Amino acid sequence: MTRRLDPLVQLGGPVLLVVAVGLLSTTVSAANEVYFLNALVSVAIVVAIYVFVGNSGVLSFGQIAFVAVGAFAAGVMTVPLESKKGVLTTLFPLLRDHSIGNVPSLLLAAGLGGLFAFVVGLPLMRLSGLAAGIATFAVLEITHNVLQQWTKIGPGATTLSLVPESTGPLQGTLGAIVVIAIAFGYQRSRLGRKLRATREDPQAASGVGIGVHLQRLWAFTLSGALAGFAGALLVHQLGSITTEQVYLELTFLTLAMLVIGGLTSLWGAVVGALAVSGLDSFLSQAEQGVHVLGFKLDLPSGAHLAVLAAIMALVLILRPSGITGGRELRLPRAWRRS
Amino acid sequence: MILAALDFQTFSDAIGLGAIYALMAVGIGLVFGVLRLVNFAYGQLIMAGAYTLAYTSSWPTWASIATCFAVVVALSLTMDLVVFRPLRGQSPAVMLVTTFAIAFLLQSVALIVDIRDGTLGQVTAALTFLNEPVKIFGGDVRKITLVSIAIAVGALVLLALLLAKTTIGLHTRAAAQDFRTARLLGVRANRVIAFAVVLSGLLAATVALMMTVTLPFVTPDFALRDTIVVLVGVVVGGIDRLWTATLGGFTIGFVSGVLNGLLPTDKTVYLPSAVFTLVIIVLLLRPAGLFNWGRHAAGERV
Repeated sequence: MTRRLDPLVQLGGPVLLVVAVGLLSTTVSAANEVYFLNALVSVAIVVAIYVFVGNSGVLSFGQIAFVAVGAFAAGVMTVPLESKKGVLTTLFPLLRDHSIGNVPSLLLAAGLGGLFAFVVGLPLMRLSGLAAGIATFAVLEITHNVLQQWTKIGPGATTLSLVPESTGPLQGTLGAIVVIAIAFGYQRSRLGRKLRATREDPQAASGVGIGVHLQRLWAFTLSGALAGFAGALLVHQLGSITTEQVYLELTFLTLAMLVIGGLTSLWGAVVGALAVSGLDSFLSQAEQGVHVLGFKLDLPSGAHLAVLAAIMALVLILRPSGITGGRELRLPRAWRRS
Repeated sequence: MILAALDFQTFSDAIGLGAIYALMAVGIGLVFGVLRLVNFAYGQLIMAGAYTLAYTSSWPTWASIATCFAVVVALSLTMDLVVFRPLRGQSPAVMLVTTFAIAFLLQSVALIVDIRDGTLGQVTAALTFLNEPVKIFGGDVRKITLVSIAIAVGALVLLALLLAKTTIGLHTRAAAQDFRTARLLGVRANRVIAFAVVLSGLLAATVALMMTVTLPFVTPDFALRDTIVVLVGVVVGGIDRLWTATLGGFTIGFVSGVLNGLLPTDKTVYLPSAVFTLVIIVLLLRPAGLFNWGRHAAGERV
């Protein structure tokens, strides 16, 4: 009986957590709402990375490239026409003279992210280990370089602004849930299980007829589509974006979230994203001075990043398998027996 | 030939950059050899050295340089004691992400220390005279390029002798081959690791010294970009062996320098794309390392 409940708990736990964050965001002041929206978008990005890295066991530094593509595609295409002709004059006419709505822009970002990931993954998924990590990093570098310099497809090195801020509590929560649900569906599917088998033992998996390259390619493509979608959520949350915001720092931070939560489980991805972005928000508040349990905590300015990094390193040193140990959420044993 | 199209200045600059990157590659490769850990925080050792040089600018040059070496080696040993030691034997992903966090931490600390006076960045002054050019074969070459090449060659020869001729060097090479067997045969793990960590610290300090000559303005992200490029070069060259890693570091520095000279001026902004496209091509053709001949790719099992 309880066995049948397992999938429900594994999906329900992360979804409930995200819904709780979404509901909380509606109760706080507008100035604090941004922290909760950040957390929701982080969940979407980290889960998108998890779909490939967690299931395949191959480290990729390239998923933020797909976030960047999604963010700029959705951003450029949703700037209202009347202002677009004034500020984004160098674009290709096709991009300059058309605008699309919020939902189409999310789908466009997901499609482009998936397509880009598929094309890139076709040759790169033959690699594994450090070589795969470095090759995917090269993809991030090239994407960043082109987005920053080529003013026919985007704003170049300047800030892309005037993007409608449609990622509020509702879109943030729903977006994160969609990503979680797709990731969950994938990891329980035939394809997902095959890929997880290659993670545990590539030789044995190919011995029973699983094509390692093909399975990794599917996951990479799906991860790219979800990352593009998450990028669209991000740009619609921020309202303006530069190429630097979807580059190295975001790559390191989101990977750290995944590893701190627990690399090999969806629950770990969600918990890691929420824990780290929660801590980050709390510490940046502490720089302005906050009251905790009657004590006044007041960090010197600039110190919150140092404290955040120190805590992240400490968690990894003390608990290398992550907060969740890389396991999915399960009911406590006492409940399971009944 | 392509090289004929290059002017002498570009060529010598490319070799100079390659020499500095080769030293960084050795520093990263040494630690990887004994610990199987990709130290992303290596650049922050160089950054710490550069700040030390900047803050001691008013001291006599020898004192400033000595302090720089002391600070960097001490930081390198502390890093080993506090971070690497508890992580020994963990998965590569965990070790790498932890060194991200350490890099991030050191960078934030540098920022806090640096902006106390309200401005960002410090200037080093001790060795700037090395920027003056000298004439060689009818072309201008900055003194620092020659010094970099000389120091890199000297350091590499010294290191090769150290690894080949001394007992601790033999132990380190044995540990890099197979740590468990080496320990069974009486190699003391902590000594070997400390040896590698100290050496890599000494190299970081040397690199800090040479880099601050060309880039005297020190900020918290000093050498960060270079470390990333060298890490890429090390993997492209072949991280499993020290000399392939070193060649990889040199090659990526040299190729970046040459490409920079070859690209038309209005296209140099696309230099990263050009370099990283080459990286992808090389990785696809030789995943175990560009210079890793005669060995089968990883993944084979008995």
